[in-house]
Amino acid sequence: MPEAAAAPMLALTGVNTHIAQYHILHGVDFEVPRASLTMLLGRNGAGKTTCLRTIMGLWRASAGAIRVDGRDITQAATPEVAQLGVAYVPENMGIFAGLTVRENLLLAARSGEPEAKRLAWIFGLFPAMKTFWNALAGNLSGGQKQMLAIARAIVEPRKLLLVDEPSKGLAPAIIANLVEAFKELKRTDTTMLMVEQNFNFARTLGDTVAVMDSGRIVHTGRMDELAGDAALQTKLLGLSLDSHQ
Amino acid sequence: MSSAAASAAKDPASALPATRLDWIPLALVPVIALAALPMVGSLPTWVTLTVAGLAMGMMIFMMASGLTLVFGLMDVLNFAHGIFIAVGAYGAATVLTRMSAQMEAQSLASDLSAMVPAVLAAIALAGLLGWFFERVLIRPVYGDHLKQILITMGGLIVFEQLIHVVWGPDIIPLPRPGTITGSFIVGEAAIERYRMLAVIVGLAVFAAMWLLLNRTRIGLLVRAGVENPEMVESLGYRIKRLFIGVFVAGSGLAGLGGAMWAMYQEQVNAQMGMQVLVVIFIVVIIGGLGSVVGCFVGALLVGLLANYTGYLAPKLALGSNILLMVLVLLWRPRGLYPIGKA
Amino acid sequence: MLARLLSGDFPRSRALSVVLVAILLGLALAPFIFPGTRSLNVAAKVAVFVLLVASYDLLLGYTGIVSFAHTMFFGIGGYGVGIAMAKLGPGWGALALGVVASLALSLAIALAIGLLSLRVRAIFFAMITLAVASFFQILASQLSPITGGEDGLSFRLPELLRPGTVLFNAFGVEVNGRLVSYYIVFFSVLALFLALLRVVNSPFGRVLLSIRENEFRSEALGYRIVTYRTVANCLAALGATLAGVLYALWLRYTGPDTTLSFNIMIDILLMVVIGGMGTMYGSVLGATLFVLAQNYLRDLMKLASEALEGMPLVPALLHPDRWLLWLGVLFILCVYYFPSGIVGKLRGARRP
Repeated sequence: MPEAAAAPMLALTGVNTHIAQYHILHGVDFEVPRASLTMLLGRNGAGKTTCLRTIMGLWRASAGAIRVDGRDITQAATPEVAQLGVAYVPENMGIFAGLTVRENLLLAARSGEPEAKRLAWIFGLFPAMKTFWNALAGNLSGGQKQMLAIARAIVEPRKLLLVDEPSKGLAPAIIANLVEAFKELKRTDTTMLMVEQNFNFARTLGDTVAVMDSGRIVHTGRMDELAGDAALQTKLLGLSLDSHQ
Repeated sequence: MSSAAASAAKDPASALPATRLDWIPLALVPVIALAALPMVGSLPTWVTLTVAGLAMGMMIFMMASGLTLVFGLMDVLNFAHGIFIAVGAYGAATVLTRMSAQMEAQSLASDLSAMVPAVLAAIALAGLLGWFFERVLIRPVYGDHLKQILITMGGLIVFEQLIHVVWGPDIIPLPRPGTITGSFIVGEAAIERYRMLAVIVGLAVFAAMWLLLNRTRIGLLVRAGVENPEMVESLGYRIKRLFIGVFVAGSGLAGLGGAMWAMYQEQVNAQMGMQVLVVIFIVVIIGGLGSVVGCFVGALLVGLLANYTGYLAPKLALGSNILLMVLVLLWRPRGLYPIGKA
Repeated sequence: MLARLLSGDFPRSRALSVVLVAILLGLALAPFIFPGTRSLNVAAKVAVFVLLVASYDLLLGYTGIVSFAHTMFFGIGGYGVGIAMAKLGPGWGALALGVVASLALSLAIALAIGLLSLRVRAIFFAMITLAVASFFQILASQLSPITGGEDGLSFRLPELLRPGTVLFNAFGVEVNGRLVSYYIVFFSVLALFLALLRVVNSPFGRVLLSIRENEFRSEALGYRIVTYRTVANCLAALGATLAGVLYALWLRYTGPDTTLSFNIMIDILLMVVIGGMGTMYGSVLGATLFVLAQNYLRDLMKLASEALEGMPLVPALLHPDRWLLWLGVLFILCVYYFPSGIVGKLRGARRP
């Protein structure tokens, strides 16, 4: 089992991103340790999604460095980043509505077919995938689409999962399902970087936390520390605990 | 397929049907055909008109399918698409005129030995031109729709003139091979042989495209890419390489359509592509940008309508496809089979 | 005073000013400097196309919209005059009616197209305008009793404008109805061009530019994009319609080939891009260059082609009928490298 002190799975140093004339990321520095789940928190517009997209290569960093498992991917194109073992679950889930559940997973399995054991495990996490195997992904409910998006990201072993607001817009019961699924994923030592607005969700799952504000990292540390410090929460996230689900 | 997946497919709890095809627009084709029957009055005439309409529709489909796929996948509208049609037509014409000796033998085999190379030449030439277009003209202006429209218009102007440079300014007559001229009689109806050929070729092309899109991995990539190219890249595929392939294939198809069209008209002229471009745009809009099935249905509807109105109300015929477009858009503003763009 | 006339939009380049003044004088004094029917025809065509292209520049260069319906409005103007003169007789009243009717029709169609289509993406809009223009072309050729079909309409003008009417002699040139027609065309175009300059340099024009540069931001600032685009569309349509009216007056003829043909649409695109998009003056340069090339370049090319006879391919490339090829190449180069066309080059500044 890799030690937490070994090289982090993901490291950002001084990353800046410009979109058109807007300067969104102003020197972002943080790390995601191996086999941990790091939560990226912050208010709306802080730059969290931009961070994920920059790592994924969808937007080019104008300065700084991004390393995945030691490899520099700052200027890499998106397909390259994905081929290195990074999986991305975007905010809008990005599932292909015109393709079936089966076809969505087939596409995500770069080696051709999803491996039988892996698929069975996924069905265990998300039974709906089995039920709606031949259904058009566009006909699934919001929660099921989210599950499909995550299932796609784990259909083959990946080094790093980037997940953008998985709990957004979902009913509490579905969120509980997701929590169980992510806990299960954590047991397999998958490294994850997750953006979240729901602090309870974040608190339950996160090992480490990084907080962003206005394109900068303003706090990094362990989740249990932040979770226990209400004053720090209010200062960083600006919302009291009660306003979360 | 893995056992888990196989048992899932047989799972009776699969409440959602795997609805792959929305039947209503497809049904419009026979509906309109049958509705025209009482209006036309005579069955033999109706048969002739229907075959003519289907044949025309098939040729339009071949010419338009490349455009809709390229637009759906790459978000590029190539106003110079007509050039691929014209180049295909000219390519076929050149081969056929060189091989005119073979076509005098009055046998199907020798006619085919002239037509097949002609068609292949058309596809190859058009595909090559497509490759050039994509690399040189279009790639620099991805994403900028305004520039794309202007650049492709520029390409249209230049290449139409280049056709004149290479093939001369005159209209070139095209010999049509003996075994497929004329008509055969079914009951009282006269059916043109060439039109039947066009229908067969068109159906074959559509079937091949459908199989490619729905049963192969590349087709999967194209269908996913039409919806969300960014996500396809995020899954690790270099979709830009796919773009070139689709563009070249689309141009080749247009060349095929052009060759078939030229053989039907028995002549080629440089304006061919432009003449048919408006109809192609209308078909693509009717079908839904990016949908091959939509394009197929749209083309058949346009072909049938043009022939029926040509017989029943000639003054209306030229404008019939525009009226059809308006009606379809009123019903389904994004076309018959809209592709959901993420 | 000049500043007010040009609405503050100066040529901003010595070379450009010289060229513009030369063109202005050339057109103003054409009947006297360039005697002969052919040159006067060329001059009139230049004037009409300056207006046609300038109104298109408003749409393409300033608002950022590609429309293929411009020739349709050009045709509406032409047919308005043509039908009025041919059916109602060559009187000033009929002429006025034709002009007003065509302007009203253009406005209605431009409004309809604008409101229905400007919410959609540029590509859809372009395709829809192409379809509408094509439909109009079909109408014009099919409704032969009214429009004269493929042959178009020839008609007589009010007495004052007829070639046979001689008013007086000046500087050795007979001032006749033809001349009067020419100066009506010239001064109308001049006035309308200055009006367009006023429009693009007004607050309205500035909003158009800001929408073109950054649609998202303009919308966030509270400007209703659809309204601005529709107004621009309408103004452009009216400009084209008036150009059509003037052209019909000059030719004493209107038909699908002179107004509605897609080739003319291509020509407009060539003129506006080579001249310089978003500059207004570009349309003056583009129209002049194009019409001169259409009439005189071909003679040059013929000489060159014959001189190079015997070489492979080259004579064919230089064949006078291939003049459009070279303009097309120039057009493509402009789209890539010189978006502000010749005007931009003369001004020296590289504007995006």
